[in-house]
Amino acid sequence: MTRRVVITGLGVVAPGGIGAKAYWDVLANGRTATRAISSFDASRYRSRIAAECDFHPEEAGLTPQEIRRMDRSAQFAAVAADEAVADSGLLFADLPPHRTGVSIGTAVGCTTSLEEEYVVVSDGGRKTLTDHRYGVPHLYDYLVPSSVAAEVAWRVGAEGPVNTVSTGCTSGLDAVGHAAALIREGSADVVVGGATDAPISPITLACFDAIRATSPRNDDPAHASRPFDRSRNGFVLGEGAAVFVFEELEHALRRGAHIHAEVAGFATRSNAYHMTGLRSDGAELAQAVTAALAQARVEPGKLDYVNAHGSGTKQNDLHETAAIKASLGAHARTTPVSSIKSMIGHSLGAIGSLEVAACLLAMRHGLVPPTANLHDPDPSCDLDHVPLAARETPVRSVLSTGSGFGGFQSAVVLTGNGTERGGLAQ
Amino acid sequence: MSGTAFTTVVTGVGVVAPNGLGTEEYWAATLRGESGIRRLTRFDPAQYPSRLAGEVTGFDPAAHLPDRLLPQTDHMTRLALTAADLAILDAGAGPEELHTFGAGVVTASASGGFEFGQRELENLWSKGNEYVSAYQSFAWFYAVNTGQISIRNGMRGPSGVLVADQAGGLDAVAHARRQLRGGASLMVTGGVDSALCPWGWTAQIATGLLSTSEDPARAFTPFADTANGYVAGEGGAILVLEPEESARARGARPYGSVAGHAATFDPPPGSSRGPALRAAILGALADAGCTPGDIDVVYADAAGLPDKDAAEAAALCEVFGPHGVPVTAPKTMTGRLYSGGGPLDLATALLGFRDGVIPPTVNVALPDPAHRIDLVTREPRAVPTRTALALARGYGGFNSAMVLRAPVARRTPHQ
Amino acid sequence: MTAQEFITLQDIVRALRAAAGAGDGIDLDGDIADVTFSELGYDSIAVLETVGALEREYGFSMGDEAVQEAQTPGQLLRLAVEAAGGVAGLAA
Repeated sequence: MTRRVVITGLGVVAPGGIGAKAYWDVLANGRTATRAISSFDASRYRSRIAAECDFHPEEAGLTPQEIRRMDRSAQFAAVAADEAVADSGLLFADLPPHRTGVSIGTAVGCTTSLEEEYVVVSDGGRKTLTDHRYGVPHLYDYLVPSSVAAEVAWRVGAEGPVNTVSTGCTSGLDAVGHAAALIREGSADVVVGGATDAPISPITLACFDAIRATSPRNDDPAHASRPFDRSRNGFVLGEGAAVFVFEELEHALRRGAHIHAEVAGFATRSNAYHMTGLRSDGAELAQAVTAALAQARVEPGKLDYVNAHGSGTKQNDLHETAAIKASLGAHARTTPVSSIKSMIGHSLGAIGSLEVAACLLAMRHGLVPPTANLHDPDPSCDLDHVPLAARETPVRSVLSTGSGFGGFQSAVVLTGNGTERGGLAQ
Repeated sequence: MSGTAFTTVVTGVGVVAPNGLGTEEYWAATLRGESGIRRLTRFDPAQYPSRLAGEVTGFDPAAHLPDRLLPQTDHMTRLALTAADLAILDAGAGPEELHTFGAGVVTASASGGFEFGQRELENLWSKGNEYVSAYQSFAWFYAVNTGQISIRNGMRGPSGVLVADQAGGLDAVAHARRQLRGGASLMVTGGVDSALCPWGWTAQIATGLLSTSEDPARAFTPFADTANGYVAGEGGAILVLEPEESARARGARPYGSVAGHAATFDPPPGSSRGPALRAAILGALADAGCTPGDIDVVYADAAGLPDKDAAEAAALCEVFGPHGVPVTAPKTMTGRLYSGGGPLDLATALLGFRDGVIPPTVNVALPDPAHRIDLVTREPRAVPTRTALALARGYGGFNSAMVLRAPVARRTPHQ
Repeated sequence: MTAQEFITLQDIVRALRAAAGAGDGIDLDGDIADVTFSELGYDSIAVLETVGALEREYGFSMGDEAVQEAQTPGQLLRLAVEAAGGVAGLAA
């Protein structure tokens, strides 16, 4: 018998709003959370804008020791996990610990804390032989990002399979796929999974500057992230986390849980082409989409919404348009395809899970979030990109796509309608 | 994961280890009991409390990789690409097997390309942000080895990267098996790590778990009463995994099969509940459909710390009984290799199947009798093994256990 | 010394080699001014890395559009000379 996997809890830390409710308020209203970087002096950088979270760890419920110990990315994950657990209504303390797992995605882990500590132990970059006597006790936790999954595991008492998934910018989709796989194969009944990243730091800005990947539209940060627009000139960095409670379907039904959606399909492929470049035909992403739809047994014509990677770089949006056309065929033009990166930027590994969260909320509210800032569509990106304003429509089957450095191409298919039994076919 | 008829076999092995660059070089050194642990040479360790490491010596990246790859790769990625090349060559896999949507890569990572990262952080903070390399955008991140291996070998299938500190390498191999069960045709998997730069060293010292001994013979002595910490190393192993049926159909000669796996996580620090290593062992045995009596040898995690050694020995005693199964830790010759450690143990176990021998744990004359384990010390033990268990634990509470089975027809060396 | 008087194709090739590695079977010291970067085996990141090195060495700044336009070492040289305030083609 095939075990099915549903999402019964949702938690979000996002630019423009902490918590799923505030997050949806941003997306549903097409508000942009991109702005001039405030967390450090970015005046020397080519791109000086980002979508920052107004996050106060103590207000979010973290203790002083947790705040000292955890990198910002781990703090995001912990707070989002707490919300997801509360939303699920599951009493984790009553679950058999070895049947609970964790799957947290992150692209760059604790990079912000690593850089802060580097500055100290190297004395501002002066010492190549860094001075260990100035290292904080948690330095190793910042080095190895499995510490982020460990923090979540401790919070929920998980003693089953626990992993950090780190596939760059598809981490957030791949962590969802991994969580579902653990439940489907029987390694766990409940998995707390999602993704987090807090990459707005000098070294991250500098390396994206060096490859001119980020938007230099510094004079108009609120309108800088322009997926599918003719004037797009790069992505805008973001940060945040989304964490879910994944549950085996029967487990959820037995306790009468509210079901957000079923994780019906997941697939990933590699482009085997270039660490940062994309082939214009989008063949590998198309393959991932086709495989995920097949697993979900969802015909392309039945998709109500595609949440696109839509990063706003010249090459991504062309690549993705080709991939969607190749995989959805005639339905590519009639299915709404929007990019929420227009509003909350690109939070690297976290964004895939933030996009899955957006899909769940779209299903619940029957509303497709828009692509903000899309005033002058690129004629080559000729799909229905839901410009500027959200669109009311029933959303029962959705596809979320992701593409990232290293050649990773991933697709998640969700089904259901957010009602009591998830509106799932039995 | 319930047992099915589906069998995942290992058809290729590539090793880059401190005591041997290349699979047979490593294996020969390991059987001779030759250790690669010595004073660090990559930087001057004089100012640090720990000065020994397992460095891969004699590695000339230009001899293994095209010049164009060198500016964009960290040292550990060069090692990983080299190990992958060796494994793929060993498997006899060519474009027909590799250039498909069925061929994927799953690696584990612990620290990413940290040496590259230190150099670019230094450029940023000592000279300015415009001095940061364009390659920093991917050379340091945790996904880099999977990405570079898939690109170099034209593999377009399902790929992934798992991080579970030193337990991650076994989890990655299990994930590769998962992809084969899901329809993939060939997976390149394993782990290679290195953080032997001053910045990486500083971060590793922060755990307080590294040995401060200056004597290579005394620094890493797991299960001995002299256990005083571990020695960090670099390197690891990359394996080629395929479904048994298609591997045999193309004439590949399996080293053995990946029969079972389970991963668990310890309760939070301070909890009254005990560690979850035993549960991982039992889970892996159940997944493999075997009993404790079927296991011929255990490749121990071998932390080299008294409390962790005691916990591992206790779990082994509970499952196998006191002195119930031969236990070994060839990692005493390499140091702990982070995400590379588990896959290297798998490679070692497979070679042990082939040659009918259990490699020794060096530098431990006698295990602490309190541990009640049958530790293979001093010399290789010439005993045929058909089923092996490998254990790996990671910082923070990660446990991973994997069961390997010897092939029905034994593979002979240098066939 | 001013950059525009001294920057030559050899400087471009030297920067390419240092930033992105030498070729596989391609003679970078040959007549490559009009051979495309992709034919020479250099991808966009290799060109960006080279541009970064030139910018730091000579203290000028090459615009994004300029970098996207440069398809050959010769074109990159002209853009570099231009950015340095010199006369294009002078040293090639």
